[in-house]
Amino acid sequence: MSLTAKDVEEILKALQDGSFDTLDLELDGVKLHLRRSGAAPTGAVPAPALPGAAAVVTAAPVEVPPGTTPVPAPLLGIFYRAPRPGEPPFVEVGARVEADTIVGIIEVMKLMNTVRAGVRGTVAAIPAVNGELVEFGEALLFVKPD
Amino acid sequence: MAIRRVLIANRGEIALRVIHSARALGLETVLAVSAADRDSLPARQADRSVCVGPARSSDSYLNIDALVQAALGTGADAVHPGYGFLAERAAFARRCEGAGLVFIGPTPEQLDAVGDKLRARAAAEAAGVPVAPGGAVHSQREAAELAARVGVPLLVKAVGGGGGRGMKRVDDLTLLPIAMDMAAGEAGAAFGDARVYLERYVAQGRHVEVQLLGDGRGQVIHLGERDCSVQRRYQKLIEEAPAPGLAPSLRAALHDAAVRFAARLQYRGAGTVEFLVDMERGAFYFLEMNARIQVEHPVTEQVTGMDLVAAQLAIAAGEGLPVKQPAVRMDGCAIECRINAEDPAQDFMPSPGRVTRAEWPQGAGIRVDTHIEAGSRVPPYYDSLLGKIIAQGPTREAARERLIDALARTRIEGVRTNTAFQAELLADGEFVRGGVDTGWLARRKG
Repeated sequence: MSLTAKDVEEILKALQDGSFDTLDLELDGVKLHLRRSGAAPTGAVPAPALPGAAAVVTAAPVEVPPGTTPVPAPLLGIFYRAPRPGEPPFVEVGARVEADTIVGIIEVMKLMNTVRAGVRGTVAAIPAVNGELVEFGEALLFVKPD
Repeated sequence: MAIRRVLIANRGEIALRVIHSARALGLETVLAVSAADRDSLPARQADRSVCVGPARSSDSYLNIDALVQAALGTGADAVHPGYGFLAERAAFARRCEGAGLVFIGPTPEQLDAVGDKLRARAAAEAAGVPVAPGGAVHSQREAAELAARVGVPLLVKAVGGGGGRGMKRVDDLTLLPIAMDMAAGEAGAAFGDARVYLERYVAQGRHVEVQLLGDGRGQVIHLGERDCSVQRRYQKLIEEAPAPGLAPSLRAALHDAAVRFAARLQYRGAGTVEFLVDMERGAFYFLEMNARIQVEHPVTEQVTGMDLVAAQLAIAAGEGLPVKQPAVRMDGCAIECRINAEDPAQDFMPSPGRVTRAEWPQGAGIRVDTHIEAGSRVPPYYDSLLGKIIAQGPTREAARERLIDALARTRIEGVRTNTAFQAELLADGEFVRGGVDTGWLARRKG
């Protein structure tokens, strides 16, 4: 037996909706290690077995560029790329980000919520549009992890 | 104000139901979904769907900030709350109005007035609507005095409650203090309001409710009544219109009382006044008002030929009532069965999962309201309602036979359902006779 993309999606959902930060699964030689973005790494861990297998699900209908990880919107709201109108964006394509780098702001009912990259790497694309509504889980940007 | 685009803050069959009526009126629909419902049939049927949060209701369907933001961000001008979730939450209605959105339902003040059961009781008394003997109690001593006057059996009920939580039956007055403590504890945990009150327990009572529409300016019409006495643990299973075997004078008195209650509030939108009908005494008592569209609204639609959701939308747009009272006609009988993902063999334990096969009945006199198709997920986070099968006919017997036949042609696989159990109830001699009371199902099992 082998894991299909659908299986992985199901497992990701289970982790996303559950109270655990990490999940290790071994099935017929396939090893899957999943960790929520923001959760502390558990010691020396192998890299995710599958591309894009950071344990945050983005089911929004956006193609994930190969070799990148989406940074999903942690909540629904209006997305802003810069701290204030007229100021330069937090990040541009090609920028280096650390897990705690602020990459945008999501406004919900006049409350500003900062969004952090949650992953270390290089910004590959920014599909989210400044000033537009983003859904929960929608990919704001794609990062090519180190 | 005119409504062009409606955000639907709900899920499941009622979301789809609202989409259908809104679309028929030429309105655009935006469905707010949780991450678990992204691929649901309603999400695909709406003009647009937006994911407002994770699967858990508290983060999505109960997330007022996200829902209001979603409505504003998608250019909606009105919000339909469906039933359950935030439908009767005054704070939600208030936030919608504050953001310039039309809340498709009553005013926040009306939601406050009927949400507090003691205030609603007082409003009923003020409108000359009978309430069961009982009332508020603030101490054990007060409770003992009132209980002695009301007599046993009596019920301790939660002021902020509903759905049977925080409700205790007392048959022996020495056990009243314990029952009060238990009810208050349950009510505090479930509703954040530990206040309780006492009410006479009616042993042979039927649950009869009157469907209303109000224009918000004092005009209220009724669309007849429904009997929802087939209940399991206060959850309705079978509903029908009209209520079988009521004397014409009693029926008219129920309609009048409900209209009086709502007119006094200048009620706006669709609502239901629930009564407990004491068949022994030929009397009835006000139970509560449900300030929303109800799960069982289709039986009323089938006998009146009216679209209640369309009426909600029209009233919210300020167009007033769709018809005047004399133009409301009742024709024939309709019975509805709720099909739930639950296992009757295992004490009706919820049965979430993936539906592998879904064949719903079709044909003359059959209506199905459902969001379930083959491949649909039944997430464990929400209630277990898969759909409602409604049969109508010129007589109650014709509707009942049609419904049994429809249930026999229903095939839902992948999750357990109560379909066969419902068919069994419809064929039970006492149900066939009509007019069972709310205790019937529990006695039948025992």
